[in-house]
Amino acid sequence: MSDNTINNSNRELTPLLQMKGLRIEGLSDNGWQEIVCGIDLELKRGEILGLIGESGAGKSTIGLAAMGYARDGCRFTEGDIIFDGIELRTAPEEEKRKLRGTRISYVAQSAAAAFNPAHRLLDQFVEGPVDHQILSRIDAKEKGRALYRSLDLPDPENIGDRWPHQVSGGQLQRMMVAMAMSCEPDMIIFDEPTTALDVTTQIEVLKTIKEIVIDRNVAAIYVTHDLAVVAQMADHLMVLRHGKLVEVNSTGQILKAPKQEYTRDLLKARNRDEKMPAPTPNPQTLLSIDSVTAGYGKGPDVLQDVSIMVERGQTVAVVGESGSGKSTLARVITGLLPTRSGGVSFEEELLPPALNQRQKQQLQKVQMIYQLPDVALNPRQRVRDVIGRPLSFYLGLKGKEKENRIKELLRQIELPESYIDRLPNELSGGEKQRICIARALAAKPELIVCDEVTSALDSIVAKAILNLLQRLQNELGLTYIFISHDLDTVASIADQVVVLYAGRIAEQGPKSAVFQPPFHPYTRLLLSSVPEMRQGWLEETLATRETQAGIAHEVKITEQGCPFVERCPVSIEDVCVHNRPPIQTTVSSGHAFACQHSAKVLLEESEQ
Amino acid sequence: MKNFLKLLSSAPFSAKFGIVVIFIYLVVAIFAPLIAPYGEREILGRAYELWSSEYLLGTDNLGRDMLSRLIYGARNTIGLTLIITVLAFSLGGILGMIAAALGGRVDQILSRIVDVFMAIPGLIFALLILSFFGTSMPYLIGTIVVLDATRVFRIARATAMDVAVMDYVEVAQLRGEKLGWVVRKEILPNITAPLLAEFGLRFCFVFLFISALSFLGLGIQPPTADWGSMVRDNATLISYGDITPLIPASAVALLTIAVNFVVDWMLHRSSGLKDV
Repeated sequence: MSDNTINNSNRELTPLLQMKGLRIEGLSDNGWQEIVCGIDLELKRGEILGLIGESGAGKSTIGLAAMGYARDGCRFTEGDIIFDGIELRTAPEEEKRKLRGTRISYVAQSAAAAFNPAHRLLDQFVEGPVDHQILSRIDAKEKGRALYRSLDLPDPENIGDRWPHQVSGGQLQRMMVAMAMSCEPDMIIFDEPTTALDVTTQIEVLKTIKEIVIDRNVAAIYVTHDLAVVAQMADHLMVLRHGKLVEVNSTGQILKAPKQEYTRDLLKARNRDEKMPAPTPNPQTLLSIDSVTAGYGKGPDVLQDVSIMVERGQTVAVVGESGSGKSTLARVITGLLPTRSGGVSFEEELLPPALNQRQKQQLQKVQMIYQLPDVALNPRQRVRDVIGRPLSFYLGLKGKEKENRIKELLRQIELPESYIDRLPNELSGGEKQRICIARALAAKPELIVCDEVTSALDSIVAKAILNLLQRLQNELGLTYIFISHDLDTVASIADQVVVLYAGRIAEQGPKSAVFQPPFHPYTRLLLSSVPEMRQGWLEETLATRETQAGIAHEVKITEQGCPFVERCPVSIEDVCVHNRPPIQTTVSSGHAFACQHSAKVLLEESEQ
Repeated sequence: MKNFLKLLSSAPFSAKFGIVVIFIYLVVAIFAPLIAPYGEREILGRAYELWSSEYLLGTDNLGRDMLSRLIYGARNTIGLTLIITVLAFSLGGILGMIAAALGGRVDQILSRIVDVFMAIPGLIFALLILSFFGTSMPYLIGTIVVLDATRVFRIARATAMDVAVMDYVEVAQLRGEKLGWVVRKEILPNITAPLLAEFGLRFCFVFLFISALSFLGLGIQPPTADWGSMVRDNATLISYGDITPLIPASAVALLTIAVNFVVDWMLHRSSGLKDV
């Protein structure tokens, strides 16, 4: 008996995973380069360690190294990885194979890419335990259903018989967490499991992960670039940069008293400077969208009766979850998607609905910046051609004049003139996005539609891009339509906010009127879902009525009634399902929302 | 130029071998009159003379020097193949990219026409056309170009489709660019690697196709020397244990292998580039 106790206490004391002086090299154009430079790491049973840093910090590489795995084009050069007494660096492949999936498992960023679309979900769940001969196929399936049940997935008995494309993104990510648990592992690696998700879906997944890890006393490594998210999950944080350790400490300490400058920058990147409302001496409507209805092919109306006024020199933010119709709105404005009814007027002149009917001059005035600068820049065109083309196309500039203007634009977006001959793959993500901004500016536009322009970027880079956009607006008097699902970003840059839900406007008005306090239950749900940079936020949010009613639902377009009814904590039985919500106004000018309840009632409700 | 040499030295052995072989073929083809000991159409001696110091590879069924005809054959066959492949690529490539860029009805119509052509076996189709219109050079070229362009169309359309959905193509459309610009500047530079690789393969197939047609008597017409018809004209020699007719055949085979080595290497490089 005493032997057992000693063994047990030893098990508690010795870390489950230990890395000592780990160095990993990656193959680049210039030969092997160190991407992880001497990392020490310890993880005890039941502990969650957050690895945080920007892209290129080496956090995913370290995450994979915890399984003894180096990606193609990467190799271990020095150091030890010891998992429960086993040296993984030197362990034979067969032994590592046995560990993976059974004692260590992995949850990837994109569940949609990690599931095989040609197999049913439960069949993929049982692969691990059956292949490793831990459970029989029948037992494994039973276990899968039990896990689905404990994770509160809808219809746990049958959901496993569905195909991956038949469940929502959040559900799929939760199914992957369940799959990671199939062999009761000792350790799970989470690699940015919520990065691609909406804030509301993110909460749903975070809740699942937290339950799994805490209830089952599993050790976990949580890799992410989002400090606010990891603050909800991790006991300890390791801040990484360029493969080196910046700072390691308990989560509370890092949030309260960061020791390093870089950590402080990361913390600051979330707390953005509030934008001062732009002074508009004589408001002038630049773009007006009048009861636009639009859809794709023979499908349903993805936008229904949407009307928005955009004033010159202002920033109008359009927010909503995926499926709410934000990007469709951008396509309608630019003419990529002709409307079914209603119209878009620019400077009081009705624009032809389809792109190919619009005049060159009309096209010139409305420019667009995309979410992914990687695919918005032709990889075969140099910066000179990318920025130069709109100059010669719209303004007829040539030779020296054009060259000078390109250089001037490069200065405006804070890049050196020497970048003029670079190809996109010689630029970082943030620099690429700057080139996209310069391309839009080159046309001398009045209005720029920004479609999620910062959501693919690291927080510090994103902040710099937002500041640049802000500065350009002040200098050039630009008008922005800013599409985003990130309310944090919106709060910092917008003058006006439009909240879209299922193709209909839920609420719109000046930023302060929409956000402080939020009236429409959907706005409230969105706001309460934005992670805050403090511990315990997740639990508090999960306890609120909005979250309990609102998360784990998909956006559904409805023909009648209020589309939000299923997720609404204050819906009125029978009424909301059948009747379109009336437009309610408040004392703030231009503020309106669509709900059966009046502003007064909603305000009282929210105070309860 | 320096980069090009550096690239060559990094190539694997098979690719280097292929490049050397292709280079030799090209030199022989271009300088044929200087290299060949006798004229292409000169009748020098008796038919089917054996290998000798005078006629290194003997003479053919009409008493012409085999070696000289082999050298001139390189010129005719490779030249014709090159012309046909370039034309087929221009036609198929441009139509394929247009189909991908425009989509919708244009894409449907072009693709279905191509499907119809592809449904008929190539050789039979060529035999039909050539025996109907006669075996003059323009018809020969035209027939093979159209047949081959269908294959090029398919690959150009498929690769261009991947590019056409990129945001940068949408940016060009939003700017108001015309179709020509979109195809030339936005799509073409991004699909040159797979198209080049396909060019190498197509070149081989056209080469074999012409040789096959010539063997059947519908390709390059006598007295112009070409490898396919040389095999046919001297085929009887094989019965007597003389390997001479196999030499033009192996000339075809060697070039095919060489081109494929180079193509494999190029394909490997273009797929590797995507990973970075």
